[in-house]
Amino acid sequence: MSPDLFFQYLFAGITYGSIYAVVAIGFNIIYNATGIINFAQGEFVMLGGMISISLLHFMPLPLAIASAVALTMLIGAAIEILFIRWLQSPSVMRMIIITIGISILLKEVALHIWGESIRSLPYFYGNEITTFSIGSVHISPQVVWVILASAVMVAGLNLFFKSTPIGREMRACSANRTAALLCGINARNMVTLSFMLSAGIGALAGCVMSPITYTQYDSGSALALKGFTVAILGGLGNSGAAVLAGILLGIIEAFSVSVVPLAFQDAISIAILLVILFVKPHGLFGSGDAARLKDF
Amino acid sequence: MLKIRNLDAGYGKLRVLKNISLHVDPGEIVTMIGANGAGKTTLLHTIIGLIKPTKGEINFLDTPCCRSSVGQIVASGCALVPENRQVFASMSVEENLLLGGHVLQKREGRAAVHKELAHQYELFPILRERRNQFAGTLSGGEQQMLAMGRALMSKPRLVMMDEPSTGLAPLIVRDIFQIILRLREEGNTVLLIEQNAKAALGIADRGYVLEVGKVIVQGPSDILLANTDVQRAYLGREKVTE
Repeated sequence: MSPDLFFQYLFAGITYGSIYAVVAIGFNIIYNATGIINFAQGEFVMLGGMISISLLHFMPLPLAIASAVALTMLIGAAIEILFIRWLQSPSVMRMIIITIGISILLKEVALHIWGESIRSLPYFYGNEITTFSIGSVHISPQVVWVILASAVMVAGLNLFFKSTPIGREMRACSANRTAALLCGINARNMVTLSFMLSAGIGALAGCVMSPITYTQYDSGSALALKGFTVAILGGLGNSGAAVLAGILLGIIEAFSVSVVPLAFQDAISIAILLVILFVKPHGLFGSGDAARLKDF
Repeated sequence: MLKIRNLDAGYGKLRVLKNISLHVDPGEIVTMIGANGAGKTTLLHTIIGLIKPTKGEINFLDTPCCRSSVGQIVASGCALVPENRQVFASMSVEENLLLGGHVLQKREGRAAVHKELAHQYELFPILRERRNQFAGTLSGGEQQMLAMGRALMSKPRLVMMDEPSTGLAPLIVRDIFQIILRLREEGNTVLLIEQNAKAALGIADRGYVLEVGKVIVQGPSDILLANTDVQRAYLGREKVTE
């Protein structure tokens, strides 16, 4: 493989990997707040893309994206309030089944609103054939947007959880729910907030990736599977590890093209997921002790 | 301050507390002693709102609070130092304390929280030394102090403590009880639950003895200490009758 091709693959891998990482972080935020995997996470990404594409008819691009993110956050909050909040001490399994139901529901609603057609946002800068070159490697400006947006989201979330009172309260709820209640923290509101945050970062990811990957009513499921693989690979609940695992999976996928046919690309992440679940179920970076405390 | 009348509570169909009545007046240390499984922790969890009573009433500061949520009860000035400390292990000592100040910040603002933080550091100097350490790395006694400091950060009118001496070395237990005495000097009201009956009655004004969900004896501490039944069951000695 020529060095040029190597770097071309590497950049493609990092681009997709950073999207996977953001989806995985969405899983982790809700996992940390509730102990469940939200299988509707991929639908948040789809909704972000679809809503922004529709809003683009009425407003400029930045505003359309901001409104799409805000709307998806509201949808996330509504889902939590309608389907999760009123459950009296629900079991983890029951909540997971509910999220699968929500995922199907959102997909069907999207099918009714937007139909089966494949849509996309325009490139934020330039168009499909605009590239700029680093040495002999050609990069689309949208790739830079994707990586930049992912990096800003990861850094912003980090800052939010480490340094703001609300972030601290959310961490307290996931560390020890009873103790958080005894501090007077409203744990239910924190769960709603975690759904809003997850929906928001999912939607933003859905917007920035839409020009490259396109958006369709069912494009969320495949992405959710990748994000889930990454979340497991990094160790559930560990968002720093999810970034590394996401980029790792992205790069593996990108380079796999040079070995196996393109059609097998999706099979690779599923194969990795299976291997990890068999061999190291608490993830590459998770500790066995922490894993034992988890519900699954 | 706290008045409980004919309280029944439990888990599902299991009735743990049967017809409990008790009261705590301002400025008192009241202790509740009893063996494992007597219902002591259940009682505290019912007062703070983690468990809803099936019968009876709880009045805190002359307001019924049976239907309030934990958040509302904590905000109204009742704090619980839970059994086994329950500190946020993966967070720093200072973060733990700031979380305890959540309701104070809502009530009186950020400045009040920082003033109270300084007050807790003065009460527990070891916590100031360890302020940036993860709470999980503290010793048992230090974690107990952190759990107490976190509860006190809400400036509660009533502090309830669930077995603060469990699993601690005798010297540390003495420190913890000294701190409880100091809390009373500062005008706090304390409801203390203990298995270590002798130590608890030693510092309390009044006591209740709980046995399988019922209050069987109550009275001033010195009278309970002299009571032969209490001595036999909880103080580990039989008084020689003359």
